[in-house]
Amino acid sequence: MKSSSQKPARQREPNVLPGFGITLGFTTFFLCAIVLLPLSALLLKAGGMDLSRFIAVITSPRALASYRLSFGASLLAATVNMVFGFAIAWSLVRYDFPGRKFVDAIIDMPFALPTAVSGIALTTVFAGNGWIGQYLEPHGIQVAYTWIGITVALTLIGMPFVVRTVQPAIAEVQRDLEDAAETLGAGRFYVFRRIIVPTVLPALLTGFTLAFARAVGEYGSVIFIAGNKQMKTEITPLLIFMHLEEFDYAGAAALGVVMLAISFVMLLAINLLQVWGRKRLMVSR
Amino acid sequence: MAGPATSEAIAAELATRPGHTSKRATLVRWLVIGTSLTFLGALLAAPLAAVFATALQKGWAAYFASFTDPDTRSAIRLTLTTAAVVVPLNTIFGITAAWCIAKFEFRGKSFLITLIDLPLAVSPIVSGLIYVLLFGANGWFGTWLQAHDISIVYALPGIILATMFVTFPYVARELIPLMQQLGNDEEEAAITLGAGGWFTFFRVTLPRIRWGLVYGVILCNARAMGEFGAVSVVSGNIRGLTTTMPLHIEILYNEYNFVGAFAVASMLSMLAVVTLIIKTLVERSGYRRR
Repeated sequence: MKSSSQKPARQREPNVLPGFGITLGFTTFFLCAIVLLPLSALLLKAGGMDLSRFIAVITSPRALASYRLSFGASLLAATVNMVFGFAIAWSLVRYDFPGRKFVDAIIDMPFALPTAVSGIALTTVFAGNGWIGQYLEPHGIQVAYTWIGITVALTLIGMPFVVRTVQPAIAEVQRDLEDAAETLGAGRFYVFRRIIVPTVLPALLTGFTLAFARAVGEYGSVIFIAGNKQMKTEITPLLIFMHLEEFDYAGAAALGVVMLAISFVMLLAINLLQVWGRKRLMVSR
Repeated sequence: MAGPATSEAIAAELATRPGHTSKRATLVRWLVIGTSLTFLGALLAAPLAAVFATALQKGWAAYFASFTDPDTRSAIRLTLTTAAVVVPLNTIFGITAAWCIAKFEFRGKSFLITLIDLPLAVSPIVSGLIYVLLFGANGWFGTWLQAHDISIVYALPGIILATMFVTFPYVARELIPLMQQLGNDEEEAAITLGAGGWFTFFRVTLPRIRWGLVYGVILCNARAMGEFGAVSVVSGNIRGLTTTMPLHIEILYNEYNFVGAFAVASMLSMLAVVTLIIKTLVERSGYRRR
């Protein structure tokens, strides 16, 4: 392999620790049985389809409408999270206020709370007679059972990803740089734009991508608030579920492959962003 | 001696210096905090409060009565069974994977790490779908399974497998960076001094990774008990038989049995709260995620 020869030649030290063969063997076996074999079943099922049928399934008007909704709502939710997630992370790192530690602890709630619970809870709160919905509906803003509700659910799911990635980055911002800039006459906004944003940007984008990746595939918290009207509030994962309920396994597999491809692209983007962020950090030091 | 004019001048002078919190800075600070708290209140606190408010809207008697329903009980039992199988298996896997990845150098290691993390990137629906394609009636092993009268999909094994898939990386990804950072020195010393492999693991490694392990296990458990999408695909929703707690919530909710649905939801919410409390305690003990 080329890449290994480019690395600085390292003397391979003899490792006295036991268990390499058996742990690697067990890990690989378990990984193959639980993850790789089932995933290859999906690829082969879709690969066994007629190409024209495959394309017909993944470009049907209903599928296209679901991509538009899934992508649009996820993008919007991730963007909302970028703004509010930054504000939350900033409050937690830079400011002290009563209950700060408590707020810091409950940020991870969406990770721990089952999606079905957040789904029915959000629907109850944002429905026309709900605590928040009752104030929005008279103004013509219907949240539950529309794309707005889907976006709200996806925002909740993605929020901790942004906050938790941005928090350490804000802590990294060198305050002496800020002070120096202010001493030299820079305004707060200038400092924000030229010192804080460049340092935090890679983390902010990573958080955005993580939140987006999670949102695109999300199912549980969305289906309760979505209303699931055909062509209108039907997300792609739900469409896969519909195909399965009609025992159309091939159709479900075709859409599953599309979702899987999206996951891979997201995974790649996240990795590239993290590499870029690390490089930037090293340059700035 | 300082007259009012002088102290005002001093205050004005101070206000221009860096680090001084001017009135505008204070305003910005409370604006940012206020925005953050409003956002979290609407998105997190209100729904969580709504769970308990709805569960108790007909009083405590109705709340507790909903747990006497046999289907609810069997859903609770199924969820506990699933977690009791999945969490230990994934814990063993996580420790094994972390041992071979953190302690040894070998080719393709980063690829292996990527594969272990893969389930986190896959949509829950796809996670369930792949098992239906593998073990369902038309699946790869479907005919063989039917011939031998074994049901995996729409039965407990399918639920366990799908849950195992979605919670697969949780323990491993917590332990791998932790053990990499701790290094091999202490284990090497133990082995060189004649300790056996298991002895070294239990007496040297385990005490040093215990907080990371607790952290990974509780998150794995929370996800295992709360998984909805993947389990929903493989379960077939046979009431009282293959419905876990999250699936049972869906059934009750769609039947407009809100007290029942939210009573089960309140149990899962309490599980989430307990998970967060343990997590916070682990972090207080000095454990930092990597």
